[in-house]
Formats: sequence, C-alpha cells, structure tokens
Amino acid sequence: MILKPLFYASLFLFGIGFIYKLHTWFSRHVGLGAGDIGYGNRVFGAAKGVFRIFFSSRIVVLINSFFLDILVQRRIFQQSRLRWVMHMLMFWGFTLLLLMHALGKFIIPLLFGEYLPTLNPYLFLRDFFGLAMLAGLTIAVCRRYILKTPRLKSNGMDLYAIVILAVLMSSGMLLAGFKIASDSEFQGMVEDYADINDETEVEALTSFWVQEFGLVSPGMKGPFEADRLAAGRESHEENCADCHADTKWAFTGYAIARAARPIAPALDRAGAVGILWYLHILSCFAGLAYLPFSKMFHIVATPISLLIDAVMAGTGTSPENVVTRQALELDACTHCGTCSRYCSAMMAYDAAGNELILPSEKMVYLKRWTCGKDISHNALRAIREGIYLCTNCDRCTVVCPSGIRLKELWVRVREDLVQQKDPEPLVLSPLSFLRGLCRESDPADTYSEPIIIARKAVAGNFDALADKTGVLSLGGDRADRAVIDSTFFHCFGCQTCTTVCPVVGSFEDPQDHLGMLPHQLMCALGLGQWEMAAGARMIWDCVTCYQCQEHCPQNVQVTEVLYGLKNTAVRRVKKCP
Amino acid sequence: MKPYAFFIGCQIPARLQQYEVSARAVLERLDVELKDFRQFNCCGYPMRNADEKAFLLSAAKNIALAERAGLDILTLCKCCFGSLKAADHLLKEDHEKRKEINRHLTSHKLAYGGTVQIKHLLSVLFHDIGVDTVGQAVTRPFKGLKIAAQNGCHALRPSRVTRFDDPLAPVMFDRLIKLTGAESVDWQMRLECCGAPLIGVNDGLSASLMQRKIDDAETAGARYLCTACPYCQLQFDAVQETTISGRGKTHMLPSILFPQLLGVSMGVPKIKLGFEMNRLDISGVDSFLKEE
Repeated sequence: MILKPLFYASLFLFGIGFIYKLHTWFSRHVGLGAGDIGYGNRVFGAAKGVFRIFFSSRIVVLINSFFLDILVQRRIFQQSRLRWVMHMLMFWGFTLLLLMHALGKFIIPLLFGEYLPTLNPYLFLRDFFGLAMLAGLTIAVCRRYILKTPRLKSNGMDLYAIVILAVLMSSGMLLAGFKIASDSEFQGMVEDYADINDETEVEALTSFWVQEFGLVSPGMKGPFEADRLAAGRESHEENCADCHADTKWAFTGYAIARAARPIAPALDRAGAVGILWYLHILSCFAGLAYLPFSKMFHIVATPISLLIDAVMAGTGTSPENVVTRQALELDACTHCGTCSRYCSAMMAYDAAGNELILPSEKMVYLKRWTCGKDISHNALRAIREGIYLCTNCDRCTVVCPSGIRLKELWVRVREDLVQQKDPEPLVLSPLSFLRGLCRESDPADTYSEPIIIARKAVAGNFDALADKTGVLSLGGDRADRAVIDSTFFHCFGCQTCTTVCPVVGSFEDPQDHLGMLPHQLMCALGLGQWEMAAGARMIWDCVTCYQCQEHCPQNVQVTEVLYGLKNTAVRRVKKCP
Repeated sequence: MKPYAFFIGCQIPARLQQYEVSARAVLERLDVELKDFRQFNCCGYPMRNADEKAFLLSAAKNIALAERAGLDILTLCKCCFGSLKAADHLLKEDHEKRKEINRHLTSHKLAYGGTVQIKHLLSVLFHDIGVDTVGQAVTRPFKGLKIAAQNGCHALRPSRVTRFDDPLAPVMFDRLIKLTGAESVDWQMRLECCGAPLIGVNDGLSASLMQRKIDDAETAGARYLCTACPYCQLQFDAVQETTISGRGKTHMLPSILFPQLLGVSMGVPKIKLGFEMNRLDISGVDSFLKEE
C-alpha cells in the first residue's frame, strides 16, 4: 500500500515543521532592537519562566485560563456570540473527531473498551461531530465571504484553511453516505462477516437493508413482501446487528444516501466510495503535513499565547521572554480581524485606503518581515504610515481573542521604521504623543532624529523661497490653494495673531526659530506664496490653542489656515518618490 | 434625564483610567446614565495635521453613531470635544463636505444628520445637571484649598464653534470648583495652552509652555492644578514628573482631575476615584476637608 509511506511522510513533515516552528519562536524577533539576545538565553529563559509558574501559585491562574480561555473560549464569547458559536462548533467538532474518529483505534480502547465505529455511540457521534464542524465552517464562510463583516480581510491563508477543512469534511460525509448506499460495499461485508450460504437469505437480507438502511441494490426495489422483510430482519439480527447499528444513526450519511438514491448505482460502478476515501485520507495527510506552515498552526500557538497572556506580568518580565513571546504571537494570530473591527484609527483607513492602518493587516506584514522577506520601498512607506497612524488606545490588545499584546508589537517596530532616514511627516502630529511621553526610554539623539528629518522634509524649499535677497515670484500651485481656508484674504496686518501666540512669545527671537510668524503667514498667502507658507517651521510648532483665531478682529480662521498648510506640506512629502 | 453616549477617546482607557473611573463614579452619584459604544473610534484630533478627510470621517462616524441611538455625546477630553465640535460645525456649514462624508458613512450603515449635541463633562455638570444639584451633592466641602483651574484650549476656543464658555472670561470651571468648597485662584496664564499638543513634536517648547503655567499657578498660591482633559492632565502629571529626573527640579505642583476633586467632596471613596493611579501624589487634598 502506498498510503502507509505517505502517512509517515506527512507525519515526518509535520514533525519537522513543528520543530522548525518551535525553533523560530526562539530565533526570530520582532524589531531590530530585540535581535541582541542569544538563542540559548531565550531557550533557558523560557524554561526558567515555565518552571517558575509550575511551582508557584500562578499555576492556579494557568489552570483557570486553560478552562476559560481554551476550552470555553470566553474571549471569543466576549467579542461576538455568533463567532463564539462558530468557533466552538469547529473547535469541539474537530477535536472530538480527531480523538474519536481519526485516533479512535488507539484512544477509545484505553478509555471505554473496544472501538467499533459501526456501533453506537460512535456511529452517531461521528456524524454529530461532523455536522457540528460543518455548521461552524458554514458560519465561517458566511462571515468572510457573504456577510462581509466590516474590515475583515481575507487572504490566501484564510482561504486555504477553509478549503482544507471543507474538503476534509465534505469528502468524509459524502464517503459515509455513498458507503451506506453502495451495493458492492454491502456485498463485501456480507461476504466478510455474515455466515450465509443460502441465496434467498442473502436476498432477504439485502431487501431488508434496502428497505430500512438506505442501501441501493440494482434490480431490487420495494415495496417488499412482509415475509421477505421478516426473514431479512431475522438474518440481520443474526449476522449483522452485533457489529452494525441501524445506519439511520449515522444521520448525515443516511440523509446523503437517501438523496443520492437515483445515482447510487452509477456512483457505485464508478468506484465513488474508493475515490472519496482516497480524497478524505489524502486531504488528512496534506493538512497534517502543511499544518505547521499554515494558519492551522494556530491550534498550537494560540492556546500557548493565551496561557502566556494569563500568567505573564506586564512589567518585570525578563526581556528574552518578551522577545520569544512576540515571535510566538505572530503564529498565534488567526487573522480574525477583531482588532481591526475596533481599531480607533479605522476611519483613516476609509479616508486614505492604506490597508496597513488596520492592525490585523499589520500583523500579516510583521510575519513577513520577521521571516526576513524583502519589502519594497513603497511598501515600507505604507507600513510606516500604518504603524504610525495609531492613536495608541490599546484597544487591539484588549479585544484580541488570542491574547496577543499588539500594542507592544507596534512599539517594537515603530521605532525601527521611523529611524530609517526616510521622512515620516506624521511624526510631527499629536500621534507622536506616546512616543514623546516615553522619550526617557530612548537615547536622546535617536529620539530626535526622525523629528529632524521630518521637519526638513516638510520645510521643502522654504530656505530658498524665504531668502530675502531673492526675487519673489507671485502665483503658486492652485491645487494646494484649494485646501486652505480662504479667510486669510481678510487679514489687514494688525499682527494681533502674532502678539497673542504663546509659541511666538516663547522665543527671544521668534522669527529665527519659527521661520515666519502667524501674521507673516497670512501675508504670504495673500501674495500667493503657498509653498513658502507651507514650509515655515511655525506651522509645526503651532499648539493649536486657537488664541490667534479667537482674537482676530477680521475673523481670519488662522489656526484652520495653519491646519490647511500642514495638510498641504504632508501631501507634498508623500508625493516625493 | 436622557442617557449620554459616553465618549472616552483613546488616551483615557490606555493611560488615564482614573479619569474614566472617577467620572463614572461622580456621574453615577448624580444619577446620570452613560451608554457605552464599542464602535466609537478616534475623534479625529490627532489626524487633523495630516489629513482633513481622516479627521472629518473619524469625527462624523462617532457623531452618526450617537445620532442613530438618539443620544447626545458626553466627552471627557477637551481635544475630543473640540474635534467633534469642529467637525460638527464644518459639516453643518459645508454641504459638499457633508455629502462626501455621508457617502463614506453609508458603507457603515450610518449617516450624519447634525442632530446630536456634543457636550463636555463640565458643561453637563454645569448646565444639564445644574450647579444646584451638584452643589447639594457636595457633603464634605473643602476649606482653604487653593486650586488653579486649567481651562483647556480646545473647549474654549474657537468659541464661535465650541460655544463652551466665555472665551475671554470663562466662569464655568471656576464655579464648579467653588461648589466643592475649594477656592479657584485667579492666575494670569489660566487661558494659556498646557503644551501637550507638542509632546513628541517639540518637547522643549512643550515643556517650557507647561513650566510657565506651573510657575504662574504657584505664584498665585495654588496647591493643585485642576484639569478636565487627559492631554492637560498627562502633561501636568506624567510629564511634570519626568522633570524631577530630567531637569533637576525638586518641587512639583500636582494636578488633580476635576471628577476626583468633586468626588472627594461628595464623599466618594478615594479608591473609586483612582487616586493611586496619579503619578504625582494628590492624597494631600484630604487635609483640606472641613471637619464634620
């Protein structure tokens, strides 16, 4: 048989993949700064951490989490009832099928005595678990492809997971159904197990199975005589009933057999049972071999991530364990999209269309990045914008059903991305609030570098344009002009805006520091100097306190004009190749 | 009284939970019902520098969510308040923008109609609940406690848009502080910016704006600053704390959140007001409580 070597080959691939994945948890790291810790340190650190938990009171927390987070999956329940039903059906359906149906030969005898899949409760349970699994899978397909849950993105890996499970389940169910209807299967069993030599008794038994158990036998059609059925029942009870329960207990299989009745003989002749059997077995092998490399590996990584999240403290954890945990978390992400559903910055994605603003899509990128895959310059820009366009509300971390601390992952890579010498104008916005709050943890020069680079980029040609010895050309780009509040036309140069500005008031020589003062900006705009105004440092040092606007006797919307200028400058930087 | 759509924004749940905790405790005492919306997102404020559309869409979606529920919005953050107000104002005036925003909101099964009122905690306390009711709830008034009220820019200005208080001579916050028995000191820089918008952008300038305010409040005799905005509070609490190590400063002027101050005077237990979560110790306010 070819199947045995194939089975061992897939088991071998699974084993190798599994070990390789474990290895990556200790060798890969998210963010450049995490790369200094050695492999040995990380393995030792993890072992020490596990040991400490097992021999402390935290074991109670661990056990509690095992029941609530893994067996009952409360985190999914907290997010959505529908998703919880979906995942519980799949999780328990799959687990129990694996234990009872796939490994039943080994496991059932240890627990309950002899395992005969054709007898109850196994016959019934197989179909019951299978149906549960199929129901869960149907909900999953609906959520992803029909209901179109907002911001739930589906990639190739999500499709693979659904396809492999769908093939596995449908081949198994059809196999059971066709087997019930198959005449050759029936004759084979009679030959193998029944002790009948009498031709009429075989006919009676067959009639009984056709009448009662969904068998389709060529040339044998009901209604049958009562005598013949009675003889068939007697023969059944004598020869079959000890080892084979009523096929109606296998309710999905029986339903399929009934539905397939008209085509059953043709299917039987074409060897459908054999084909489906191979399909079922081979899809099992394929799924097993590919499991460590696919989304399905979450069945290993996610429970571990949940347990770690339950017992690992936020602070005081040794740095090597944080790095290891983060590498593992990338495998624990199931791309379920919960983070993106509640992301505070989601509307920026609607506005700009950059998918990498959504946390679930950033995770996909992080996986690729930590694998060492090359990322193009443009992709890197999009990623940096996605990572920086985050309000640091921590909601992704709070809602993640896999217990991934996403906020810590963002912090890890954000710094790497802004340190890449390419200007990120978002650094000059209140999105930098958290980075500023935590600045004590960064070395002073690397902290300032991205700000300096961004300032230089948004300044554009300011120095040349504002050169007092040069000739001032009037005009400017009309497109830029459109986004700026036009109230500056009302400015009559009273300088009140500049007088009340707390930023201007902070400097002895404000113009040297700020490039242009608020009233000068209004004047420049009046002269059509959009580019010059949008390059002035003043607009980025504006605290948006609206003193200027409030006090303007001409109702010039000074602060709004400055917002417009900032938008213009950001757009210009983004347009640069 | 109708419940409010409770808008806590991004900074409070992540970095200033005591504000949410204390506001909930105080509002519960005053029988105000709050409704939480999981689908609320960023108010749009931090995106205004870079992309007006992202700002407008963010703000409008929140307003539309409250509108669908038929509720007014209560914010704790003055920057959220200012941002939502600014978007509301813009969308009421500019029909083209409104159409464009509504086009986007349709895919979320939402629409902006402009019927929602956006309110800050202070205006709810002052106008909706009323000073009399709040005053009656104060059972343990302070005595001799001098407070410097941090008015917060984005609620006060632009007054044409925010319609919060008199932009040149605001009274609301002072009067609310007085209800607790504390004295709201008159200080020159009370209308100035705390500097928080420049944290992470120009930290030196941000810190100097903060320090000028702190010095002025101290000169006016204040023992505490009082805020009703997470940005102001984080600036005066977390950032001021770093100046101990960074700039060799030894003396601090701690900042207390208004619902913490009000809560104490209403007899709410301090554990329910999140006192221990403040970085700079504010437990000293106790010593100003009148003996019963």
